[in-house]
Amino acid sequence: MKTLLNYKLTLSTLVSAGALLLASQTVIATDLSEAEQKGLEIAIEADKRDLGFADNSTKMTMVLRNKYGEESIRRMRSKTLEQDNDGDKALIIFDNPRDVKGTAFLSFTHKTSSDDQWLYLPALKRVKRISSSNKSGPFMGSEFAFEDISSQEVEKYTYKFLRNESLDGRDHFVLERDPVDPKSGYSVQHVWIDTQEYRAFKIDFYDRKSDLLKTLTLSNYNQYENKFWRADNWLMINHQTGKSTELNYQGWKFSNGFREKDFTKNSLARAR
Amino acid sequence: MSLKPLVNTNTLTKSALTLSVLLSSYSSSLVADEYEDITSELTGYVALESRYFTQDALYTGQDDSSYSSAFNLEYYRDWDDGNQRFVATSFGRYDEQDSERSHLDIRELYAWRGYENYEVYAGIRKVFWGVTETLHLVDIINQDDAVEDIDGEDKLGQPMLSILMERDWGTFEAFALFGFRDRTFAGTNGRLRTALPVNTDEASYQSSQGKDHVDFAARWSQIYGDWDLGLSQFIGTSRDPQYQTITNASNEATGLSPYYAQIQQTGLDVQAVYEDWLIKFEGISIKYKDEGRNTAAVGGFEYTYVGINESVMDLGIFAEYQFDDRYGDKATTSQNDLALGTRWVFNDIESTEIISSISFDLENKSQFISLEGSRRLNDDWFFESQARIFTHTDEDDGAYALRNDDYIQLELRRYF
Repeated sequence: MKTLLNYKLTLSTLVSAGALLLASQTVIATDLSEAEQKGLEIAIEADKRDLGFADNSTKMTMVLRNKYGEESIRRMRSKTLEQDNDGDKALIIFDNPRDVKGTAFLSFTHKTSSDDQWLYLPALKRVKRISSSNKSGPFMGSEFAFEDISSQEVEKYTYKFLRNESLDGRDHFVLERDPVDPKSGYSVQHVWIDTQEYRAFKIDFYDRKSDLLKTLTLSNYNQYENKFWRADNWLMINHQTGKSTELNYQGWKFSNGFREKDFTKNSLARAR
Repeated sequence: MSLKPLVNTNTLTKSALTLSVLLSSYSSSLVADEYEDITSELTGYVALESRYFTQDALYTGQDDSSYSSAFNLEYYRDWDDGNQRFVATSFGRYDEQDSERSHLDIRELYAWRGYENYEVYAGIRKVFWGVTETLHLVDIINQDDAVEDIDGEDKLGQPMLSILMERDWGTFEAFALFGFRDRTFAGTNGRLRTALPVNTDEASYQSSQGKDHVDFAARWSQIYGDWDLGLSQFIGTSRDPQYQTITNASNEATGLSPYYAQIQQTGLDVQAVYEDWLIKFEGISIKYKDEGRNTAAVGGFEYTYVGINESVMDLGIFAEYQFDDRYGDKATTSQNDLALGTRWVFNDIESTEIISSISFDLENKSQFISLEGSRRLNDDWFFESQARIFTHTDEDDGAYALRNDDYIQLELRRYF
């Protein structure tokens, strides 16, 4: 019982902490170097430009290629619900391969604490709470780690502005971002964000030994609701294994009118 | 090995393949608009299974190997803007050795409707409650389809009317369960049975209404951050039978008949997540009608090493302690037992996974070992294998009748 009471305290602390978060950032920001300050400002601006999307849904096809070029296909559908002062809630339904069809995944991402995750196993009709500390592990056997595809919150990294650089004729900020969570599989990431619309076009991932591990290239950006940019094509190449995964999004939809009750353990068990 | 099973498997393979070809051509027409808004779909699998028992059978009529084929068909249809759904799922198995294991079951056949503040289900469903890995105490809605596997995870469909509501204070579900389902048991020719075979036709019930007794159940569950909590109550016919000996005219024991008592069961299930640790607990308190109250519990942890040896593989370790104060004719095999296991997940394209566990009876020192491995062959084909070993099985242990029933099982599944 004591633990439960303690927990309630933590909950209310979190809620108020959420409200203070922006304020505290500006306070901390005064201790940052010029490059760190500029890096954080760019990250906050990129985040701000995607605020207010409310919800979206999309279909995904993942093509996994080994170093011999052999392909394997994964198909999923996802729904996302934006949260005020917290990470998004997301539901992913798996359609292919056939043996995992009907499996569904629910996550409540959080800005600072670890994410809450549940898995629905259709054969047993069982909803299982899983540990989110496997964030560095592969998602569906692909080159994407869980942390690569989960909600990108400003608070999950510390930042450093490196330089401006031109890529495919666009001007970019190049940022170094360092994951706050020690469970991350990466030492740092280098992100190319275009100076016009603040969209990520390329990310280099460095492993824990600081060697270049993977490169993600994002392309085919489209704008939705006159505000939100989404890339249809994500190509992740693993430099160390020669494997790659191409993630294609089809049919981004915004303003679906999703509600909190569409993102519960009950709705997870009913997801089709 | 005789020729007989081989011949049978051939015909089975043929019929299974014909079935799968027929169904895949049918389902593909439905799946054609897969990425339009799906409103209905037919999916399923056909499977071929073979079991090989490594020790000689203890009872006459039993064989050392068996072959069987199974299918699972699932259909659903959504309409009314996703507020109404119809689901039909059937499962069947043909076992060439054990006629009791050859069976057909309607796993699901229900209509669902979502209203603004509540949801209603009417029909046959499967419902799972609980959190632990090695024993499912709280889970009580559905009867075990015990001829499928001895792990208690295969269930028979249960007819019901149920209502569900989600509020700030949690999720509440209430069930009225109509029509009791008898547990399935291996027949005289099947392995994994008691010395005297269980005759399901001779089942008896404490309630004068027999199988028509209407059972009631309710469950409240809630998430408190890292904690998932569930509290449940069941009033009705026990899913776990006690056994009575059937005798013939000359007073010789010929079999066992299941007896299903009336019970009231309160259950609690709790799971907590702390970094790489999962802490799990299930407890039940059962009041047998006209008899005393009993308690059973299972609890433990699962810890996952993410990325063992700098690889992408994960290794999970779990340990659960099982307690049950039911003795005599209500005894279970988990009175004072410890189960230890590992879950080795390769995280590869084929989703290779190996789960091993060993359980110890801390009183009579009996041991039970289980190994399960699975791997995807391609988009449609899936392979699963398991080995179950009963070692040092004590005369007083519930598994004593199975002491010679160590087996290896291979299953090949084709999804469509």
